[in-house]
Amino acid sequence: MEPLQIPPVNLILLAPLLTVVGWASALLLVDVFLIPEGKKKLTGYLAIAGLLVAGLVGLPLWNVSGSTFSGMLVLDRYSLSLTWIFVIVGALSIAMALDYLPRHGIEQGEFYPLIMFAVAGMILLAQGTDLIVLFLGIEALSITLYILTGFAYPRLTSEEAAMKYLVLGAFAAGFFVYGIALVYGATGTTSLAGIAEFLGRQTLVAEDQTLLLAGAGMVLIAFSFKTALVPFHMWTPDVYEGSPTPVAAFMSVGTKGAALAALLRVLAFAFEGVQAYWLPVLAALAAITMVVGNLGALGQTNVKRMLAYSSIGHAGYILLGIMVASERGAEAFLFYLLAYALTNLGAFGVVIALEQQGESVWSIEDFAGLYQRRPMLAVAMALFMFSLAGVPPTAGFMAKFFIFTAAYEGGLGWLALVGVITSAIAAYFYLRVVVKMFMQEPAREVQPELNRGLNADIIIAGVATLLIGLVPTPFIFLAQQSLVALGG
Amino acid sequence: MLGAYLPILVMFLIAVFIAAFVIIVSSLLGPRRSTVRKLAPYESGMEPIGPAIRRIPVKFYVVAMLFIVFDIEVVFFYPYALVFRDLAGPGLVAMGVFFLVLVVGFVYEWKKGALKWE
Amino acid sequence: MVPTAYYIILSAALFTIGVLGVLIRRNAIVVFMSVELMLNAANLALVAFARERLNVDGQVLVFFVITVAAAEVAVGLALLVAIFRTKNTADVDEVSTLKG
Repeated sequence: MEPLQIPPVNLILLAPLLTVVGWASALLLVDVFLIPEGKKKLTGYLAIAGLLVAGLVGLPLWNVSGSTFSGMLVLDRYSLSLTWIFVIVGALSIAMALDYLPRHGIEQGEFYPLIMFAVAGMILLAQGTDLIVLFLGIEALSITLYILTGFAYPRLTSEEAAMKYLVLGAFAAGFFVYGIALVYGATGTTSLAGIAEFLGRQTLVAEDQTLLLAGAGMVLIAFSFKTALVPFHMWTPDVYEGSPTPVAAFMSVGTKGAALAALLRVLAFAFEGVQAYWLPVLAALAAITMVVGNLGALGQTNVKRMLAYSSIGHAGYILLGIMVASERGAEAFLFYLLAYALTNLGAFGVVIALEQQGESVWSIEDFAGLYQRRPMLAVAMALFMFSLAGVPPTAGFMAKFFIFTAAYEGGLGWLALVGVITSAIAAYFYLRVVVKMFMQEPAREVQPELNRGLNADIIIAGVATLLIGLVPTPFIFLAQQSLVALGG
Repeated sequence: MLGAYLPILVMFLIAVFIAAFVIIVSSLLGPRRSTVRKLAPYESGMEPIGPAIRRIPVKFYVVAMLFIVFDIEVVFFYPYALVFRDLAGPGLVAMGVFFLVLVVGFVYEWKKGALKWE
Repeated sequence: MVPTAYYIILSAALFTIGVLGVLIRRNAIVVFMSVELMLNAANLALVAFARERLNVDGQVLVFFVITVAAAEVAVGLALLVAIFRTKNTADVDEVSTLKG
């Protein structure tokens, strides 16, 4: 037998990931040993610093690409762009949480390292090119999110949401692993490139074909659960409502973004050869996701639930970009993810500002007359609502425009049409919030509470939403550049 | 063919003999003072009769949970044990990093007081 | 040598039992056990395929699945204790203040 060799490992390619993990581990200890109770905000600032450092570490890697750990992990511009998006999402979520946690009496220093670990899981999903790594990424992300969802102990809704999320998440994990097992049985490999090569090299015998399709289907189900595609979305509104609001904000953009990014890689690389099978299935999923997500949001009077349904709908739009995994589609996907992430984080920031201590209503009535009390806050919220609805000149409009164009060019014109129609329906419930803020008298006295972290979050999100909408060219250029090395 | 298994048969016989010997000798020579406790069926220290569902201090859960995690993480040492000679230095470094991560978790739970029994 | 198909049939049966358990049973602990059954069914399939193909990738994944499952269960039990302290029940249906 050949003596075993450790395959060459190039840790440079994992620099952002290692920075996040290392920093988070150190921070966990620094938090318990050095930072006294009541000063836990310091941990939060350190966590933000760590995420920013990780983002900066990625900068010199822009022109580097390569794979390591026997091709299990890859660094390319696609993963690097995603890393930056995730780092921003993580940092903004922490900024939101800085004052939210003490205000609701649930401040624990662990919150901040946990967000960092979740970000690490997301980066792993962006860099993974092997089903084993993708499994680890998804689980690293999910398990930390279970804890974060239940963070508002002893508020029962939080624990309950976490339990629900955990049971369904573990259920999905079961499907994921079994799917991997079947794919592995059919092709003899778990690496995405290996699967693609196998599919390209030979026609499968009927038996293996069945195994492969069953496996791919199960993997798809697992991804659908994680990204809350209809009909696997039932948990989303409950979990978002129950979890602490900054966590809901983080989940709505982070989990979805990371899982969809991984799905894009899986579909475009590994299963390109069986596209004829998965394309109709995904198209149907996308269509009903767009319809159900947006229709579900119509009837909600709870803003948090409304945003949950809205995030389901948006996952449907993002899926359009993934299906036409052409260069155009992947570009549109990255652009949409960035625009949606910033807008949604801003909207959640406003919700947090209005959330009163010890309350759990998040009623849309609280927004009534906000313009008279806090004009700037109302304007910001209006901006986010316009962007989510896809009204020009906001980021959301450009993003929808690109994704629909990509879908149309990719031969999915009917799906683009469904998208446009559902966007029109969606405009109703987004604009309802705006109408309430500007044209109605306050139903009850709700004093919005703003602070430094929240202000920063809303301002950054607002400026970015406008900027991407008004001058999209540099961002499109960035998205285009991101795909240069994606082998596309 | 079967001859290879002869030592096992011998060991089996010796085991049976010792077990039987000890039981017989102790029942012949040992004093017999029966108490209620001794006559009760042996249930690993549990009360044999009583409500089946009893409150167990929640401390046990903490220890059980920590045990599950650390017990299972150690599973990665088994494959390493098979190949550590081949992997030599780099393998040791890799396992060291893995162990370091475990230690971070352990130090954290220690400092948090999860191991304190009271 | 036992044919691989036998292992796969067994693992498929175990997986189905696990899925049904999650869907039907209401006690959170039993639900966790069912999830565990699903994961271990997958492990069995992975090991069987790995042996058939004389390739260890599948066995490597098994290690990761085992550890991840342990972490998941640990978090699940912690949540269960938290819920039990406030609510005094381990029944999934009784915990339903959030309505879909």
